[in-house]
Amino acid sequence: MSAIPHPFSDGLTQGLLRYQRCDDCGRSQSLTRLACMHCGSEHLAWHEATGHGTVVAASVVSRAPSDSFRPLVPYTLVLVELAEGPRVMGHAMPGAAIGDQVKAGTFEHERRSLLRFSPSAQ
Amino acid sequence: MPRAVARHGARHRMNTAYITGVGNTRFGRLEGLGPLDLMGQAASQALAGARLARRDIDGLLCGYATTLPHLMLSTLFAERFGLQPQYGHGMALGGATGAAMLMLARDLVRVGRCRHVLVVAGENRLSGQARDSAIQTLAQVGDPDVEVPNGASVPAYYALLASRYMAATGLTLDDLAQFAVLMRDNAMRHPDAHLQGAITAADVAASKPIATPLRLLDCCPISDGGMAFVVSATPGDGVAVSIVGAGQAHQHQHLSALDDQMASGASAAANRAFAEAGLARSDIDYLGIYDSFTITLAMLLEETGFAARGQSAAGVRDGRFAPGGRLPLNTHGGLLSFGHCGVAGGMGHAVEAVRQMRGAAGARQGRAPHHAFVHADGGVLSSHVSLILSRSLP
Repeated sequence: MSAIPHPFSDGLTQGLLRYQRCDDCGRSQSLTRLACMHCGSEHLAWHEATGHGTVVAASVVSRAPSDSFRPLVPYTLVLVELAEGPRVMGHAMPGAAIGDQVKAGTFEHERRSLLRFSPSAQ
Repeated sequence: MPRAVARHGARHRMNTAYITGVGNTRFGRLEGLGPLDLMGQAASQALAGARLARRDIDGLLCGYATTLPHLMLSTLFAERFGLQPQYGHGMALGGATGAAMLMLARDLVRVGRCRHVLVVAGENRLSGQARDSAIQTLAQVGDPDVEVPNGASVPAYYALLASRYMAATGLTLDDLAQFAVLMRDNAMRHPDAHLQGAITAADVAASKPIATPLRLLDCCPISDGGMAFVVSATPGDGVAVSIVGAGQAHQHQHLSALDDQMASGASAAANRAFAEAGLARSDIDYLGIYDSFTITLAMLLEETGFAARGQSAAGVRDGRFAPGGRLPLNTHGGLLSFGHCGVAGGMGHAVEAVRQMRGAAGARQGRAPHHAFVHADGGVLSSHVSLILSRSLP
């Protein structure tokens, strides 16, 4: 596990879901980049997302990759497209399915904050 | 058309690159053999097939081995195997490494840098480490902040991809099972394959869940094994097999950055290879397609244009992809059943294509193909390499 500070992981520790947006063209993007995928600008900043999004992929994992996740199986992983545009991976409440509207929360696992999505209230 | 003439002229100044030798070890649990041993066995067979001596090899390209993360695997292997090449290095592009090495070996021969390039990889991925260790190492192709910490693994990345692709195209669980059964049927005809027991679609459906929608039999095994090629400036004896087109595409590394699941880069790489070869998909009569999971095989067949979206399993059901069909697919059994030991696993598709073209596939031999399409991906459909091989008589 990396000891290098990271705005995304550090944000989750504070209960914040952060994403990168280009200061020049205003487009947002997934993950961490050194330049804007759309215009090439290196003027990027981290912003806080509302946490609302749509499930675009879902899988119930039965084979954990390590001892620390074995007690959690079966657990649901999802890819969520945030309202702001970027996609993030996280856990989800059982039964989460593609197309579901969800809201981000966090939970602690092995002293690390991870995303967990729940159905958004409506 | 001065530009066309110039390009034509440029093409003629290039050498043609031929695959003159191929080799493989048995795949499975091969206790007591390290990566260099496995590489050596495969390389010896490839040299013998090419009728070349060690001193003839002037270029060496090696894959990586997760069980031997050495800084200079190519020189380490050269010393152990008894080579002193003029050109050599390792390469790392996940499952696409083997195809990328073949593409580079071809270019080294085309420009005249090398006469005979040995391309080799081998790894004791099964017996050389604990299974959890292998799974953890492979999982690191995920993003270290957004993906890996969730307890995700390569099967989970492909499962997420599968859930999305199946929802969009109508591809079904039974479609996926068809590919697992075909690969097992093919592997049962290869004496060196890892998995040899007959399976049915019902067995696939009943196999234990790994990450929905993928079940155990939708996933390739972890194997020990090695594979090798010799790529030469001369055709060698008998049937000549040349690499006539190649293309790559690298559009993302992580699943979270895959913007369009219908255009992962596979079609871009394939289109580049076909353009270079001056051939069309209708010219192809053999397919060697990367199949780390059943969903990988289905998605790659569909994106590269050898099946309609969501319809690839029809080619299994109607016999088109069977050994005697119009487009035989992975007749060695693919990663799903011949086995997967890393880089060498991804070389098996081209090794088998060459054998089929040269009439050297033993009990598996079908009508010798004229043009084979080979495609590999690394990561999570991240890096793509397409190759087109053509057969000609001497």
